[in-house]
Parts: sequence; C-alpha cells; structure tokens
Amino acid sequence: MIYASGLRKSFGSFEAVRGIDVDVRRGEAFGFLGPNGAGKSSTMRMVAAVSPVTDGTLRILGMDPATDGPQIRARIGVCPQEDTLDTEITVRDNLFVYGRYFGLPRKEVKERVDELLEFVQLTEKANASVEDLSGGMKRRLTIARSLINRPEVLLLDEPTTGLDPQARHVVWDRLFRLKQQGVTLVLTTHYMDEAEQLTDRLVVMDKGVIVAEGSPAALIAEHSTREVAELRFGVGENEQHAGKVEDLADRVEILPDRLLLYTSDGEETIAKVHERGLQPAATLVRRSTLEDVFLRLTGRTLVD
Amino acid sequence: MDLDKLDHRATAPANPFAGATRLVDYWATVYRRTWKGSAISSFVTPLFYVLAMGVLLGDYVTDDPAQLEGASSYLVFIAPGLLAAQAMQTVFGEVTYPVMGMIKWQKTYFGMTATPLSVREVILGHLGFVLFRVGLTCGVFTLVMAPFGVFSTVWGAVLAFLVQFLVALAFATPIYAFSAGLKDESPFSLVFRLGMIPLFLFSGAFFPIENLDRPMEVFAKVTPLWHGVDLTRMLTLDTVDLTTALVHVAYLAALAIAGWFWAVRRLTKRMSS
Repeated sequence: MIYASGLRKSFGSFEAVRGIDVDVRRGEAFGFLGPNGAGKSSTMRMVAAVSPVTDGTLRILGMDPATDGPQIRARIGVCPQEDTLDTEITVRDNLFVYGRYFGLPRKEVKERVDELLEFVQLTEKANASVEDLSGGMKRRLTIARSLINRPEVLLLDEPTTGLDPQARHVVWDRLFRLKQQGVTLVLTTHYMDEAEQLTDRLVVMDKGVIVAEGSPAALIAEHSTREVAELRFGVGENEQHAGKVEDLADRVEILPDRLLLYTSDGEETIAKVHERGLQPAATLVRRSTLEDVFLRLTGRTLVD
Repeated sequence: MDLDKLDHRATAPANPFAGATRLVDYWATVYRRTWKGSAISSFVTPLFYVLAMGVLLGDYVTDDPAQLEGASSYLVFIAPGLLAAQAMQTVFGEVTYPVMGMIKWQKTYFGMTATPLSVREVILGHLGFVLFRVGLTCGVFTLVMAPFGVFSTVWGAVLAFLVQFLVALAFATPIYAFSAGLKDESPFSLVFRLGMIPLFLFSGAFFPIENLDRPMEVFAKVTPLWHGVDLTRMLTLDTVDLTTALVHVAYLAALAIAGWFWAVRRLTKRMSS
C-alpha cells in the first residue's frame, strides 16, 4: 500500500526525515512512534501527497506522489494533527462540502454523510455549528470527514493528542472498528499506549531516522525485559541509590524522579531491594511498554 | 457503515476548471450564511455614494462636458468611476483577510488540498467566488444608477458592467498572491490605507486626472484602477476610442495573468512548507 525507500525531507538546511524505509501492507494498522520532532508528521505529509519528497522513493497505492498526487489523494483519507474543519458551517455541511471535493454526486454524498455521522456518534449534533463541539467531537468529525471517500488507506497524524482520556477511548474504539473492517490504518503518535492499542506493526522514529521496527510485543521482547520495577527515592536521591541496586536487574535507568529496574520478576527484585535495607518512598511493578523500548533505544523518554 | 464496499468513484478532476466546480457547494454554503450582511451594504453603499457625491456635491460642479471628459453632469462623470471603484473595493475585501483566514486561522485550504483538489483549483474556486460577489455588487450598482440617466446606451451599460469582471481580476490575482504569502495580518491595514484608499481617491473616479500635476498624472495612469475607470467611462458615455480601450483591456488582462502565476507560486510554496 505504501512503500518508501531512502525517503528524505529537508526544509532548507534542516533535515526532518533522514532516509527511512517503510513498507505498509494492505489491511494492517501501522504506526510511527516517536517524540515530537522525530519527523513523523513530515513523513505523513509526504505520504498524504501534499508535501514534495526531497529524496528517495515513495509509492502510495503503487503511484508516485510527484506525478499522481490528485489520484492518490482521491483514494486515501487524511486526518491531520490540527483540525482543519470549517468552524463557521454546520457539522453536516462540513462533511457534505468535503465529499463534493472528491467529485462524488450530491445524493451519494448525502447518504454517506448520514452513515458517517452515525458511525462517529454525532447524528444529534448534525446541525450544530462546529464551534460548539468539544475537542473529542471535533476529532471524530475530522475522522468522519476523512472517510467520506471510502479510502483504502487512512492516515492519522496524532489522532488523540490533546484529548482527555475518555474522549481518547471513544476515538480508539472507532479506529479499532475501522481496522476490523479492513481499512489500512497508518498513524503517528507519541503515546506508547496508543501505539500498543492500535497498531499491528510500528517503527520507532527518532531524529528523522527509524531506530527499530516490529510488532509492539516483539519490540518489547527484543529491547526490554518482561517486567519493570520502579523505585522512587526522595528528590535528588535516585542517582545515588542507583549503584546499590545495579546488580539486581538486567539494566537500570535513572530518571529525574525514579529508578527503573529491568527484570523478569519485579516483585522479587523489590523484595531484594528491601533486604538490602533500602527504603524507597514508593515502588511499582509493571510490564514493560514501548516507552521502555524507546528509552532503551534513544536514552530519552517519549513525552517530556 | 460498510467500508468493505470500497469504491473508486472518488476521482481526480480532469482539469483545474472541473476541479474548481467541486468547490461551488462550499462557497454556496458559506455565502448562505453571510449573504444578509453583505447584501445590505452592497445595496445601500452605492446609493449613498451616488446621492452624496453625484447629486449633492455634483450641484456645486459646473456641468461642462469639456471639463468632465465629455460627461453632461458631474453625476454622469463619477458614476462609471464609482462602478469601477466598487469592483476594486469588493475585491480588496474578499482576497485579503479571508485568504489569510483560510490558510492560517481556519486552515480550510489544508483540508481542501488533502483531497484530489490542488492549489490551482483552490485559487480558481476562490476567485470564482470573488467574481460572483463582484457581479452582485456591480450588478446592483448598475441597476441603482440606471434611473439617474448616467448611461448613454443600453449596450454601453451592459459592457460597462461586464468590464468590471476584468477590473476585478486585475486586482484579485496580485492581491491574492500577496495575501497568500503573508505570515500575519498587520500589512493588510497598510494595503487598505496606502493602497486602496489612494487608488479610490486619485485614479480618475472623482476628477479628470489631467487636473493632477504632470508627474502625478503619469503615476495615476499606471494604476490599474485608472485603466478600469477610463474604460468604464468610455462605455457609459459612449465615447469609445478603440485603441485606447484595447490598451486598457490588455493592461488589465496582463495584470490578472501575471497575478495568477504569482498566486499559484506563492500558495504552492505556503501550502507545502
């Protein structure tokens, strides 16, 4: 569906994307995980056939965005990071006029608008002004709008950034349904839980390059341990205690507010910490996540 | 919703004009929301001008055709000037703040160009709406002025009205291009105060530009509004000089075309950065 090889994007002397290889297959949910500024959005805008490729090869649905931009855009759906809804017209009109951009007949668009309002649970808001919608509703409307042409690939750039937890879950639920219906999803996110929930396969991006690729489970298995024991000592004391517990884990990460001990059995590790007479202010045992993978690969956290 | 029914009826437009017609429903939707406010001003404003400047101020001006480029009264003299100025003012209103809004504030253009539509179609659609607005305001103006006996012939009135689309385009494409590249809106107030208002006052709408000092007169003759005013006046007074008229048309068309290429370049750059 999407094939990229040695793909680059520069803005003047700044290289946002520095040679990435990606192959997205039909029906899968593919993710770009990385912190802000990793080059995810620049990649997405190239894939959406709106931002010219600086160097490398890019094919979307077998077509070259440099020559077939309109043909590509007719067959993909785009849900941008920032809402581009028209706030002065109604929810229904936003979908209707958008459908018309694809050259679809009015009657057909009207039918699709009703279906999509139902799908994103905005039927009651159909005649409301976009200004009156909550952030989550606007996001759902943007998703509905991106589906008006029944796209083969749906591109979602940070689909739940800025939403409260409840609104995020509603969006995830809708995206999950789309995935079950066979729509190819390509999304960027800097939330590891979003990547874990939604994607079958993902690449971890940092500073314009791909640092790892695989399914969420495989990436965790490859780059982290099964469990993580988190220890919180007092302010400024984390670092000085790190040396005393180093040998209890496969690996220790020192964060400003806590220590992370990578181990196969977290409870057992914490018991050993206590045996040594150390008394952290708080402890927590959890499974490894993609956040740990990112920390391992880059030495930094995803959200700072 | 059944997304298994993938269908490819969504298509790329065959050409930019076909693409621009896909934007008609968007602009119609926007206009349905805003027409009331603009309708009142486009009816009332020309009437006020005609009454205040043409009738009342005109009372103090000697009706001497030799002094008024052949017009039998001051009202007859300024009517075509006001018509062309109306076209210009409508354009200034439609391609400054609204263009910036659709790029920067509402980001409507980003939504449009995420579809099979491209920058050319987006500009054509927007210009189409501008011409629609010009057609309305100038059409109203022409009708309001007709009872005052300012048109020598019917065909002259019709042609004078049609010429306003060309006047409008000569302003619309360059100003659109200017707006498309702006990062913030502060230059607009200068565009209005130092661009539109002086053009309005000194481009031959209110007095024959021979009254200006020679350098100022030459300067006035370079401004697009003077070409529009002079062309319109020839038509309403039935004093068409074919060569001069063709020069006016060529000048206005050249501006419109150059502005078009500039606009496409500026907006393309803006949308892909």
